Amino acid sequence: MKRNPPTEASLRPEPYTQRSTLRSRLTDHRTIGLQYLLLALIAVVIGTTLSLLMRIHLVWPDWPLPLHGPILPEDYLALVTIHGTVMLFFVLTTAPQSGFGNLILPAQIGARHMAFPLLNAASFWLTAVALVTLLSSTFVPGGSAISGWTAYPPLSAIAAAGPGQGLGMDLWLLSIALFAIASTMSSINTLVTIIRCRCEGMTWDRLPLTVWGWFTAALLSIIAFSVLLAALLLLFCDRHAGTSFFLPTGDLVNGVLHGAGSHNGSPLLWLHLFWFFGHPEVYIAILPGMGLTSMLLANFSHRRVFAYGTMITTTLAIGLLGILLWGHHMFVAGLNPFASSAFSISTMAIALPASAKVLSWLATTWRSRPQYTTAMLFSLGFVSLFVTGGLTGPILAQPILDEYLHNTFFVVAHFHLIMAMAGVFALFAATYYWFPLITAQSGKSSRFMSEPLGRLHFWLTLIGAYATFLPMHLTGLAGEPRHYAQLTGVPGPDGSLSPAGHLLANTLPLNRHITYAAIFLATSQILFFVNLARSFRRGKLSPENPWQATTLEWHPALHPNAPSEASDEQIVVHCAPCQYRSMLTGDLFRPQWIPEDTLGVTPTIKPE
Amino acid sequence: MTPIFQQAALLSPLPWGLPADASAHGSALDRHLLLNLWIALALLALAHLILLFGLLARGHTTQPSRLWRIEYLPLAALALLFATLTVKAERLWAAARYTGADPTALQVDATGMQFAWYFRYPGTDSTFGISRPQLVAPGEGNPLGIDPTDPHGADDLVTSELVLPSNRQVDLRLEAQDVIHGFSVPEMRLKQNAVPGQTIHLHFTPTTPGTYAILCTQLCGLGHYRMNASLRILPPDEFAEWLAAKQKTVQP
Repeated sequence: MKRNPPTEASLRPEPYTQRSTLRSRLTDHRTIGLQYLLLALIAVVIGTTLSLLMRIHLVWPDWPLPLHGPILPEDYLALVTIHGTVMLFFVLTTAPQSGFGNLILPAQIGARHMAFPLLNAASFWLTAVALVTLLSSTFVPGGSAISGWTAYPPLSAIAAAGPGQGLGMDLWLLSIALFAIASTMSSINTLVTIIRCRCEGMTWDRLPLTVWGWFTAALLSIIAFSVLLAALLLLFCDRHAGTSFFLPTGDLVNGVLHGAGSHNGSPLLWLHLFWFFGHPEVYIAILPGMGLTSMLLANFSHRRVFAYGTMITTTLAIGLLGILLWGHHMFVAGLNPFASSAFSISTMAIALPASAKVLSWLATTWRSRPQYTTAMLFSLGFVSLFVTGGLTGPILAQPILDEYLHNTFFVVAHFHLIMAMAGVFALFAATYYWFPLITAQSGKSSRFMSEPLGRLHFWLTLIGAYATFLPMHLTGLAGEPRHYAQLTGVPGPDGSLSPAGHLLANTLPLNRHITYAAIFLATSQILFFVNLARSFRRGKLSPENPWQATTLEWHPALHPNAPSEASDEQIVVHCAPCQYRSMLTGDLFRPQWIPEDTLGVTPTIKPE
Repeated sequence: MTPIFQQAALLSPLPWGLPADASAHGSALDRHLLLNLWIALALLALAHLILLFGLLARGHTTQPSRLWRIEYLPLAALALLFATLTVKAERLWAAARYTGADPTALQVDATGMQFAWYFRYPGTDSTFGISRPQLVAPGEGNPLGIDPTDPHGADDLVTSELVLPSNRQVDLRLEAQDVIHGFSVPEMRLKQNAVPGQTIHLHFTPTTPGTYAILCTQLCGLGHYRMNASLRILPPDEFAEWLAAKQKTVQP
C-alpha cells in the first residue's frame, strides 16, 4: 500500500517559514491543540466542582451554597445537566480527540501540519463559544436546563415543563449545535490529514494505534454529530416553530395543551436520534485512549503490541458495532420488545472486540518487567478501570436485567468507570508521556513532569476512583435511581415518609461514603495541578526521545524545537511502530524512522 | 458451571442489597442477575490476577508470540459465555415481554404526570372510559380527564395508591400526561417508561402481600425525586373487600 510521494508538500500552501504572524500562530496545529487542552482543563475543573456540589447536596441537603443559598431540586438538576454536558462534550470529546489529536497526530504520521489549518482554528473557536454559551445559561432567568445531557422531550421541548427549560434550554441547544458543527469540522480535518498527509512509508498497517483510534473516532464523529445536529434542529423547531416532531397530540404540560395540531409526533423519535449519536459518542471519547494504552504499554514493556493487526481490526470493529447498538439505552423506553432483543445481541457482540483489546494488553505486559513511569502506571490503571467498568456492560446489555438496573446508580457506576475514569486515566497518561512535547514550544526547553509527584497522584487517583464508583454499584442494586435531588425525607403523596422514602434513606450510609471518596478523589487532583505548574517552569529537562519511543512524534526533525532547517528534511518511515528486541545487554529499540541497515547502531536502553 | 453459581447464589440469598422480591417472575430474574454478578466478579478477579502476576512475577520472558491459544481460545470461551448469558436473558425477556397479558388478568391503568402517579380501575363494566386531556381538572377531582359523557367512565375508580391482589396477573396500562416518566417498582423487578402519546402494556404477578415503593425513574422535572407512590399487595379476599368499598364511593 505505497502512497504517492510528496502529498504533504503539495498540500502545503507555501514553503514553511518560521514567520510568527498572528494568523500562522492561530492556525498552528500545536497551538490549537494546546488551546483545546486548556479549554478541557477549565471544563474539567468546572465539571468536577459541579459533581462535588451534587455529592455534598445529596448527603447534606441543608448545606447552603455560599453566594447562592440552599440547593433547590431544580438547582440540583441543573448541576446534573451541566456536569454531564461539560464532561462528555468539552472534556472527554475535546481533550483526546481535538487536544492531543492536534498536538500529536500530525507528527505521528510524519506530517508537519493538519490538512486544513484555518478550518482547524475555526473549529476550536466555535468550541470555545459553545462552552461559553453553555456556561452562560447559568445566569439567565430560570437558570440552566434541567433535562440532563440527554434532553428527552417533551421535558426539553416545552418551556413550561420546568425552570431552566426556557432560555436555559435554548442556550443548551445552541451550545451543543455549535459543538456538533465544530466537531464535524475538526473530524473532517482529522480524517483528511490521516488519509492525505502521511509521510513516505507510513502505510496503513504501520500507523500507530493512537492514530487508528483518532481515525475511527473521527469517522464516528462525522456520522454521529450530523445526526445530533439534525435532531437539535428538529427540537428547536418544536420549541419555536410550532412543529411537533417529538410532541404527541394532546400533550398537557402545566395545564396547557401542546401538540394540538394534527401531527402526532413521538418522543421516542428523539431517543432514537439522540442515542444514535449518544452511543457512538462514548466510543469517540474512549477509542483514542484505547489506542494510546496499547502504544504506551508496548513502549514501557519494550515489546511489540500483541496482535497488532487484530488491534487495528478491533478498533474498527468497535467503531462499526458502536453505531449499531444505540437501542440498548431504550430497553424500557417503549421500544418494541423484539427490537430490544436485537439491540441486546449487538451490544453483547461488542464485548468481544473489547475483550480482544484487554487480552492484547495483558499479553503485551505479561512478564515484561516494564518501566513503571507515571505514564505507564496510568495506562495500567486504564486497563484496570476498563476491565472493571467494562464487565458490567454485558450485564446492562441484557434487557431483562436492565428492567431492574436501568437508570439506577449501577448504570452511573458503569459509565463513570469505563468512560469517565478510564478516559481521564488515558488523558493523564498522555499528559505525563507527552509533557516534553507540550513544554517544548517556540524555543522553550523540553521538560518532564515530576515522576514522584506523578506516582503519588496516580495511586491517590486510582484509590479515589474505585472508592467513589465501586459503591455506586451497590446503591444501584439497592434501587437508588439517578437524577434524584434528595435522598432523605422524600415524602409520599400523603406527605409522610413513603416506602420510596425508606428505600432512598437506606442508601444514605453508602452515599455518605461515596461523597467522602469523591471529595478525596477531587482533592488528589491538586497534586496534578501543582505538578503541572512546577514542571512547566522547573521540570527536569528532557532529552530528545526520553521514553525510547518508536513513533514519529519523537523524530528529531519533527520535534517542536527542531532547527528551522529540519523543516525541509524529508520524513521517511521504514517499519511498524514498537519494534523492541530483548538482548542480554539491554533492550534494542528501533524507531519507525530508522532504516534497517543502521539497526546495529541504535542506542541500547540502560536497564533501570 | 451454571448450577454451582446458582447454588452459591442461593446459599447467600441477597448479598448485593437487592430489595426482597415480591413477584412471580422476580426469582428467575434475581438468579440470573446474581449469576451475572458472580461471573463479572470472577472475570474481574481473573483479569487483575493475570495483570498483577504478569507485572510482579520474577523473571523475564520474551514476548508471547501470536499463539492461537492466547489470542483466540480465551476469546472463544468468552464468546461462548456471553452467548449463553444472552440466550438465558432473551428467554426471560421473551417470557416477560413477547406476549401480552392473560385475558383474565386484572386491568389497571397507571398514569404519570408531573409529579404524581394516578391509578385507575375500570369498574364493574371492566372497560376504561374515554379520557381527554382537555378535561383534566385535578382540582375538580378528575386528574385523568375522564369524559363524563362516556358511560364506561362513570364507574371508573381513580386512586393515588396502587392496590393489587396477590397471585393474580395484572395487565398494567402505562400512560403519561405531560413528559416521559419511568414506572419502577423495585420489589416487583419492574421498570418501564410511560411515554406521552403511547399506551404501553406491562404484565406481572405480585406474590407477597406488603407495601412497596413505586418510583419515577425517568428524569421528569424538578419534582422527579418526590414523584413516588405506594403499591399495596393484599390477599385476594381483602382486595375484593377493598375494591367493593372503593366502588361504592363512585357507584353508591
